[in-house]
Amino acid sequence: MHNLTLLTFLPALGALIVALLPNRDERVLRGITLFITSVVAVLGVSLFCAFDGSQAALQFTQSVDWFTLGATSVHYEMGVDGISILLVTLTAILMPFVALSSLGHISERTREFLVWLLLMETGMLGVFASADLVLFYFFWEVSLVPLYFILGIWGGERRLYATVKFFLFTLAGSLLMLLAVIALIGQAAADGVLSTNIAGLTDWASTTPLEAQFWLFAGFAIAFAIKVPLFPFHTWLADAHTQAPTSGSVILAGVLLKMGTYGLLRFGIGMFPAAAINAAPLFMILGAFGIVYGALLAMAQTDMKRLIACSSVSHLGYVVLGMFALTHAGLRGSVLQMINHGLSTGLLFLLFGALYERRHSRAIDQYGGVAAVMPLFAFFWVFAVLSSVGLPGLNGFVGEWLILIGTFQTSPVLATFAVTGVIFGAVYLLSATRRLLFGEITHDETRSLKDLNIREVAIVAPLCALCLWIGIQPSVLIEKTSGSLDALVQRVEDTRQTMVVGDLVDPREEEGVR
Amino acid sequence: MTHDWLWLIPALPLLGSLLCALQHAQVLRGRATNPDLQPGVGAGATAIAAMAAAFGLCLRGFGDIVGETELLQSSSWAWIPGGGGLDIQVAMVLDRLSGAMALVVTGVGLLIHVYAAGYMRGDAGYAKFFAFLNLFVTMMLVLILSGNMVGTFVGWEGVGLCSYLLIGFWYDRDGGNPGHAAQKAFVVNRIGDACFLLGMFLLFTTFGTLDYANLIEGIRAAAMGGENAGTLTLAALLLFGGACGKSAQFPLFTWLPDAMAGPTPVSALIHAATMVTSGIYLVIRLNPLFAASEVALFLVAAIGAATALIAGSSALRQRDLKGILAYSTVSQLGYMFLALGSGAWVAALFHVITHAFFKALLFLGAGSVIHGMHEEKDVHKMGGLRRHMPRTFITFTCGAAALSGLPLLSGFFSKDEILAHTFAVGGAWWLLWGVGLFTAALTAYYSWRMVALVFFGEERFDVATVHPHESPPIMTVPLMVLAALSLVGGIIGLPAVFHVPHLLGEWLDPVVRTGNEILEHRSGGHLPHLSHTMEWILLGLGSAIALGCAHLGFHRNKNGLAAEVAFETDHPKLHGALSDAWGIDRAYYAGVVTPVRFLAALVAVFIDAFCIDGAINAMADAAKRAGTRLKAFADGQVASYGLWMGGGAAVIALLWALGGN
Repeated sequence: MHNLTLLTFLPALGALIVALLPNRDERVLRGITLFITSVVAVLGVSLFCAFDGSQAALQFTQSVDWFTLGATSVHYEMGVDGISILLVTLTAILMPFVALSSLGHISERTREFLVWLLLMETGMLGVFASADLVLFYFFWEVSLVPLYFILGIWGGERRLYATVKFFLFTLAGSLLMLLAVIALIGQAAADGVLSTNIAGLTDWASTTPLEAQFWLFAGFAIAFAIKVPLFPFHTWLADAHTQAPTSGSVILAGVLLKMGTYGLLRFGIGMFPAAAINAAPLFMILGAFGIVYGALLAMAQTDMKRLIACSSVSHLGYVVLGMFALTHAGLRGSVLQMINHGLSTGLLFLLFGALYERRHSRAIDQYGGVAAVMPLFAFFWVFAVLSSVGLPGLNGFVGEWLILIGTFQTSPVLATFAVTGVIFGAVYLLSATRRLLFGEITHDETRSLKDLNIREVAIVAPLCALCLWIGIQPSVLIEKTSGSLDALVQRVEDTRQTMVVGDLVDPREEEGVR
Repeated sequence: MTHDWLWLIPALPLLGSLLCALQHAQVLRGRATNPDLQPGVGAGATAIAAMAAAFGLCLRGFGDIVGETELLQSSSWAWIPGGGGLDIQVAMVLDRLSGAMALVVTGVGLLIHVYAAGYMRGDAGYAKFFAFLNLFVTMMLVLILSGNMVGTFVGWEGVGLCSYLLIGFWYDRDGGNPGHAAQKAFVVNRIGDACFLLGMFLLFTTFGTLDYANLIEGIRAAAMGGENAGTLTLAALLLFGGACGKSAQFPLFTWLPDAMAGPTPVSALIHAATMVTSGIYLVIRLNPLFAASEVALFLVAAIGAATALIAGSSALRQRDLKGILAYSTVSQLGYMFLALGSGAWVAALFHVITHAFFKALLFLGAGSVIHGMHEEKDVHKMGGLRRHMPRTFITFTCGAAALSGLPLLSGFFSKDEILAHTFAVGGAWWLLWGVGLFTAALTAYYSWRMVALVFFGEERFDVATVHPHESPPIMTVPLMVLAALSLVGGIIGLPAVFHVPHLLGEWLDPVVRTGNEILEHRSGGHLPHLSHTMEWILLGLGSAIALGCAHLGFHRNKNGLAAEVAFETDHPKLHGALSDAWGIDRAYYAGVVTPVRFLAALVAVFIDAFCIDGAINAMADAAKRAGTRLKAFADGQVASYGLWMGGGAAVIALLWALGGN
């Protein structure tokens, strides 16, 4: 049953069924969606359990010839390593909850929504599971289209603006990446590498000299930086998050942004280690700056969804910072933090979505004293906030701590700067929590609010449990990634050696000499 | 040999906490049908049982380490495999320091739990309160018992969380003030926590370990060899920064007076007896690190003395009963840091213990008073209460006597030991000794002013409407136990001139030996020492000052508010400064909070919205046509979307083909 193709295309199959089913009863359609996403979640978890974290190589691989581009052969090739297995599992686990949450806020054109949702899942799973560059790009594009529609059709009052903005940014990123992909395949072919297999391309690209890596790295890195989003490419995120329906925000924060950080790791650092080593200070500065910048931005927000969006900018700053520290701890923390951010920010969006469905306002000052009427909501909200601010014992701490200590090992100054994010994070999230939950009730509508119902608890409780579990037993996740990340660190260290010793001498030439 | 039962010490209160939480959930569910449903006493009993069990286990462990064994250790919990030599494994370690601290936490904690079962009776959140309180004890025990700095940090932030939850316990009262106070406490603590993190990172990069045992070995080697002096100083100062947050030292103490918005048992347990002494615990735990650096020691002592003076003087003019005690706590914590900065590790722990007794007693007594006075906290509106609540009066007075350092009581011996040590160090420390002595005078004065205003004189409240009453035995019995401990607690650390063994000093010797060796090494073999004559002189001086100022504080205030009013009218400026705690809180708002808010607004409005988004929007305008077209595409027809996607894919394929050739 460990079949990545089955896992990836099951949602697409579901989309087909939902689209073509003559039955017009919404409940049946929702039921099918929930069933399919749940099956995928179970498959994802079983894949996770079966994955051997001590190996660096891709696992569960499948390969079929697809087509040829000139002399280069493109394969339909799937496989996951220690980094992508976590993201595949995260995606698979989140989707049933997203599907379940859509019951509360999607009441028009439901069939269409469910089709997009399922297609998007296929796209996202494909991005993480593809082992071929062309296939990766294909899935990358597939995963974007559904979000345009989810945002444009089911979004808030300024959805068109947000959609166009999102479209422009992703278009720019996609074009840039396309150019980089074409150039990479072309150059590799010129050098005799006639396959678009990612592992093969990585082996080739990672040993090319620095100047050859530079432009390819830049193309990929900027494309992914837009997706992350890294300052100064982040402004699409706040609008997209704010305008998207709850389920869209959850997918966006939970998975789509991780496509950017995943890309930076796999294609930025993995393929072009020499260029990445050179660019690391810049990315670390951008990451550390983003932590504080996003936090300051969040502090000034009056719209809760916007505030959570800004907090994402801050949290993803940690991910980028830890990644480019290029240390064991930094990389492990960075990968773990991708998962953590998906869970905790997803939770915040889901919870606030539940409140929004009751009061239809995103303005924080429209609330106040909610804890008195919605104690269950208050419990889960505070839980999610604590996970987000990195309280030890919950998931966020482990990732943040590893990132910060990993950064400290290479740059104590940047670690010191970034550690202020620990303070600022508490400021904006606790201040928002106080304005939302505590104090006296200031609006009469608040008095009649109903607490979370069983469906809503069923959505947030398992995710909270997951946050707690990762906080206490992070080793289960970290050990899945260790093989792949150790190999990555090794590659970076080897590259560093040749950069110092060989002063940009092409290692293959050296081999030739020997 | 591993002692895995040590994990039970924090696990039992955790279990208690979960059970209480379940009871709270049950109450909430019951309230859906019956809004007036009151929680039962079950939660209180559960929490007390959990505390009693934890206390029993601590006693057992304590018994085990009295003999030859110096410490017990559990097996490790493999927590964070960070790779590259960083592998965090946390074990529970009961040694002489953590054993003593754990005994205080669970013992005093047990008494406060019993008291709280009476105090919180009838509160709608009764079960929730005990869930939080038990969780706090869990975290405090994790902090103390962890054999590793990261484990300590778990407890460190965990107690901060519980403090946050409990300060904000009555979040809907007082116009939302508790919510603000809770947030402030958490954020200010986080400033300290950030320093703690950096100190921890620095120690790890220097010594490659975060286990206390290995760290202390590494520090010892470095200090004796004179290596890494700058790093050691920096690490010590960063960790002291962390201690300043948690233990409310200047300039991070302003959260503690606000924290009084929480229920009084919380103030007694968390904000007087246990959590706020975490910083002192941390310094004693890492005593070799501090001993290695003269600069760090002096800064610790100086900040401690300054805090003692600032807070002690502020306590003089407070009218809120809990406010007096809060500033007094900050001031006494300052004494403990003064001790640490003088290398008097034992004296610091001694004061932690005696302070836990008498300050818990004073807070609980204050709670009893406030309870009896129907939530009145202003001492100006009290008076004559000794006639109405005699048991509270007698026990409270015992606490005040111990706090003010009246001869032979617990506070007398611990404070005297601190001042004697500071004096013995000499040099710049003489100045700090003077500050400490002056603060001792202030302490005696404000303690007895408080007793006089609350319990003596005429009743300054409306006797017709307010009927003060003595609290039930469930509250007064813990008071009596604590009063007894406050009176005789000094027996564990009698001064050398008494020619009896210093029990605590002998007990703690294995823990502080390394630090003392380093101090001795640095000073070339001369540890500070006082002659017996000098010690007698200092003892006499301390007694005279305590008695004199206590007398003054009591007699000026025992007959009413005349002295209070006179001071206010004669020295309005001084009165304003003192009652405002020297304006430090307002300075924070002006100097930190407002600028940060301004910066946030600047970033959001100018940089983000105007500069970056302005540029983007210009591009968006240019692409408006594209946007309109996109809108046309969004016509809701799945088939047309499919067409659109197919077309896009075709374009992409074409581009590939072109690029590939």
